[in-house]
Amino acid sequence: MKSLPVSAMLRLAWRNLWRNYRRTVVMLLAIAVGVWAMIFMSALMRGMVDEMVTNGIDSLPGYVQIHQLGFRDDPSINNSLQPPGPELLGALENPLVAGWTSRVRVPAMISSERDNRGVTLLGVDPAGEIAVGFDLDNIVAGRFIGSPQDKGLVVGRKLLERLETHLGKRVVVMSQDPDNNIADRGFRIVGVYKASLEGQEENFVYSGRSHVQSLLKMGRQVSEIAITGHDYRAVDELLEIIRAASPPGSEVLPWMELESYLYGMMGMMDGFILVWTIVVFLALSFGLINTLMMAVFERVREIGLMQALGMKPSSILYLILMESLLLLLLGLLAGNILAIASILPLREGIDLSGVARGMEMFGAGSTLYPVLDLHDLATANTVVIVLGLVTSLLPAWHASRYSPVEAITKI
Amino acid sequence: MTAIKCIDLCKNFQQGDVVIKALNHVSLDIEEGSFICLSGPSGSGKTTLLNAIGGLDKLDSGEVYFNGRRVDQLGKGPMADLRLHYIGFVFQAYNLIPVLTAQENVEFVMQVQGVSVKERRRKSSAILEEVGLKGMENRRPSQLSGGQQQRVAVARAIVSQPKLVLADEPTANLDSETAAQLMDLLRELNQHHNVTFLIATHDERVMRYAQRLIRMQDGKIIADELQEAD
Ligand SMILES: Nc1ncnc2c1ncn2[C@@H]1O[C@H](COP(=O)(O)OP(=O)(O)O)[C@@H](O)[C@H]1O
Ligand SMILES: [Mg+2]
Repeated sequence: MKSLPVSAMLRLAWRNLWRNYRRTVVMLLAIAVGVWAMIFMSALMRGMVDEMVTNGIDSLPGYVQIHQLGFRDDPSINNSLQPPGPELLGALENPLVAGWTSRVRVPAMISSERDNRGVTLLGVDPAGEIAVGFDLDNIVAGRFIGSPQDKGLVVGRKLLERLETHLGKRVVVMSQDPDNNIADRGFRIVGVYKASLEGQEENFVYSGRSHVQSLLKMGRQVSEIAITGHDYRAVDELLEIIRAASPPGSEVLPWMELESYLYGMMGMMDGFILVWTIVVFLALSFGLINTLMMAVFERVREIGLMQALGMKPSSILYLILMESLLLLLLGLLAGNILAIASILPLREGIDLSGVARGMEMFGAGSTLYPVLDLHDLATANTVVIVLGLVTSLLPAWHASRYSPVEAITKI
Repeated sequence: MTAIKCIDLCKNFQQGDVVIKALNHVSLDIEEGSFICLSGPSGSGKTTLLNAIGGLDKLDSGEVYFNGRRVDQLGKGPMADLRLHYIGFVFQAYNLIPVLTAQENVEFVMQVQGVSVKERRRKSSAILEEVGLKGMENRRPSQLSGGQQQRVAVARAIVSQPKLVLADEPTANLDSETAAQLMDLLRELNQHHNVTFLIATHDERVMRYAQRLIRMQDGKIIADELQEAD
């Protein structure tokens, strides 16, 4: 079946588009602003989730962690692991691994002369911690742990406040050894760190790994091995490699399972972004239908003429869809440019300290960094094109249904 | 040779409570290469007949044959194809696609037919010259006079050598001098290109050009005679 070649149809659609210049410009602006709203809002939401997840991962560094089976139910030193053997060390050489460390992690009680609190005692290798993401800039007073043998203690800012003690003072840390005997020792506070979450500052205290191992009489055993990759969203491959090399009796889990609440939040946000995109689109679609309907009504005679000349109804349908497609593409182009141009200058973050107290509850910090995710960009563009064309089917179908006489006799 | 054969065409319109017999048992043969005027007062059924032959409107009953092939029952798509290849139309007004230039309008049908660019250019340039519009190829319809627009429409109607050109009051919006020029042109094209013309008109001056004059009234053919064209 013959019909107008695509190039000719494009030309016709393009010229038709500019016949009512004002209407087209208004519609283009509407699409552009709509697309901007989709992308900008997605970037803000994405930024918020990113922040939450990053903070969450920061508080248990490692996208993938290895524990002894049972550790998650009973995180005591009875559920501890051998340090990595040759096979696992080999796997940790993989380029997908950005950094790794092994640490002792036990519940403990910390006491100053004024107060005491339950905390998590981490026995760490400072080089490894830094490799998996501990940022030395977060040390606000004193120093970080210097070596696995370091006997000093690094505590969070908030904990220091709660214990009403100071840098350089001594505190007592108490835990249980494998035989369930109380093991306690005095530590000097050698450093104070800050974190974006107060909960983290209150919970984690750091000391040298060997020092903690000897305190708890656990030999060279560790509680967990933490591994980071390059993108927290894509850990499947990393997980496979580590799992394959891990000793029997161990459990290798990604952060999604270790922090299922955060992961659920991320999934919810994906859904939320899609819903938002569609809601904005629905608002747009009314304008789009209206614009196209007007264009069709204005051209009833012409449509009849084209049919009289031998153009098939299906070609008329394509012609209107083509016009809509051009409109959508132009609007998308403008909208994407607008969105990118407004997001890029905000890369440094938007200061939310005024409302940050409320946000912290969700695990977000006081600065919001919009995240321009290609995936969100693609979602917005796809929604606009696909739903836009579906919406245009109505006016296009309407146009193709005119009988030629009806159209021609209409003046 | 009979190019088009119409047998017992009937078409009624409902207007309120009244049924109007726009075509009341009309039968008609059209010879190839003829130049026919369909005359009659306004409302006599001329447009309805042209639309029925061109497949723009459905009949209530009757049969239409093109070269012996029945066409009145074709679906929308095949009917569009038939028009594309065998029928040219010239209407009273609004004949052209406003966003296309004169030349693009002439090429439109050939474009749908899939004729190559070179061939299209050649044919459209030649026919525009023949209808006296050389130099105006790139004008949009709004930049042409009524007579010039009708010439473009005529050029488009005959450029791909259709079996039949249906013209419905092609001179109705033209002053008499321009109308006469257009009719001269149609007659000339009829003779040069051997294209069959069926022209509906209620203008006496147009009827003078007819080889064969068919008179209609109240949906019926009341006279059908050959005449000496002057
Ligand atoms: N779509 C229509 N609806 C109702 N009546 C119509 C319609 N088209 C034509 N008619 C009627 O049919 C008759 C013939 O019309 P038409 O073929 O247009 O006449 P002509 O072209 O000779 O002036 C007229 O009475 C007209 O009012
Ligand atoms: Mg008429």
